[in-house]
Amino acid sequence: MKKVTVATVWLDGCSGCHMSLIDMDERLLELAEHIDIVYSPLVDMKDFPEHVDVAIVEGAVSSSEDFEKIHKIRAHTGILVALGDCAVAANVPAMRNPFKVQDIEARAYLENVDLQPQVPDQVVPKLRPYVRPIHEIVKVDVFVQGCPPSADTIYYVITELVAGRQPDLINRTRPGA
Amino acid sequence: MAVRSRIKTLKIDGRDVSAHEDETILQIAEENGIFIPTLCRIEGLSLIGACRLCLIEVKGWNRLVPACHTHAEEGMEVFTDTERLRNYRRMIIELLFSEGNHVCAVCVSNGNCELQYLAQRLGMDHVRFPNMQPVRKVDMTHERFVLDRNRCVLCARCIRVCDEIEGAHTWDMRGRGIDARVITDLDIPWGDSETCTSCGKCVNVCPVGAIVEKGRAVGEMTKRKDFLVYLSKMREAKK
Repeated sequence: MKKVTVATVWLDGCSGCHMSLIDMDERLLELAEHIDIVYSPLVDMKDFPEHVDVAIVEGAVSSSEDFEKIHKIRAHTGILVALGDCAVAANVPAMRNPFKVQDIEARAYLENVDLQPQVPDQVVPKLRPYVRPIHEIVKVDVFVQGCPPSADTIYYVITELVAGRQPDLINRTRPGA
Repeated sequence: MAVRSRIKTLKIDGRDVSAHEDETILQIAEENGIFIPTLCRIEGLSLIGACRLCLIEVKGWNRLVPACHTHAEEGMEVFTDTERLRNYRRMIIELLFSEGNHVCAVCVSNGNCELQYLAQRLGMDHVRFPNMQPVRKVDMTHERFVLDRNRCVLCARCIRVCDEIEGAHTWDMRGRGIDARVITDLDIPWGDSETCTSCGKCVNVCPVGAIVEKGRAVGEMTKRKDFLVYLSKMREAKK
C-alpha cells in the first residue's frame, strides 16, 4: 500500500506543537509504516513538494513569508490540518495586534539594542499588520486546538486521517489544553 | 409551611415531567438531569437572562425564549437541544471569543474557566468570526485583585453579587453594545474605590479570568462558588 505523504510546517508559533508531535515517542515508528514525512522542520527538504496528502501546520500567519507559504501549502495539499491554538486562533502571537508594526520593530530592533540599532530590510520577513489564524487566509480542513495539543491527540488525528476518517476532536482537546 | 403553587405537567425533549408553576424551565430541566448551558446565571443571585445560552424552543411559540425566565405551563412542549439551538449557542460562544481577547494559553483561569468549558461542551473547534482585537484596559490598582477586561464576558455576576449579597454596589456597567464594560464606583480605579470592602466575592463568582487574585500564574486561579448558595440559603432561613 502506498504511504500517505505528510508535511509539517512551522509558521508563527513556539514549536511546542512540533515538540508534542515528537512526544509521540515509539508511536512515531508505528506511524512511519503508514506515512512518509516529506517536508518538515525535522526533514532536510527546502521546497514544499508538488503534492502532499496531509499538511500539518503549526503557528499563526504573521509575516509576509507565512502568508506566501500558507497559500503555497494550500495549493499543493489534500488535507490541511491547523495544529494548535496559534494555527486555530492566532493565540499568543496575536497579542501584538493592538500595537503598530512600526512600534514593535522599534522596540525590538532600536530601543533595546546598543550596537548599530537598525530595522532589518532584507532576509528577515516583513511583519503583516495583524496576526491571523490560518482559516482566515486559506481553507482549513481539520482544527486541532490546544497549546500544545497532546501527543495522544496528534496521534489520534494522524491515525484517523490515515484511515480516511475525519477526526472528531471535541472531547479530546480544547483551547488552552 | 408556605402554600406551594399548583403543579403543571409538561414535556421536555419528549420526556413527561411535572413541576410547580413558579419554577422555571431551567430549574425543571436541572431537576430532571437535562443539560441546558448557562453563563450569566449563578445560583444565589438574581436572574438577568443576559447571556442567551439557555434559549429553548417551545412548540407553538414562534420565538426562542430563555429557560431561566420561562415558567412551566400546562401541556407545553419544550425542546432544549435542537440543531437550531446548538447552532445559536455555538455562535454565542464564538462571538464572545471574537469580541474579547481570550488567550486561554496564558490565562490564570486556564482549566478552571466556564467560557472554556462551554466552548468545548458546545462543540466549538474554532471561531468562525474574525477577532475584533479590542483595546481594553486592565486595572491593577487594587491591593489584592486584578480586573482584566480583555477576558470579561459581561455576565454581570460581579455587579449582582456586590449589590445583592455584599451590599456595597461597587461594580456597575458603563457604555452600551460593544462599548459596554464593567466599572468600579463612578469609573474610578478599583484601588481608589471607597465602597469596595475587598471581600473577594466578585473574584469568586467571575466565570472567567477577568476578576482574579494577584500573583497567580497560568492555570493557578481556581474559584470557590459554593459560598454563594450557603449565604443565600442562610438569609432565606432568617426571613
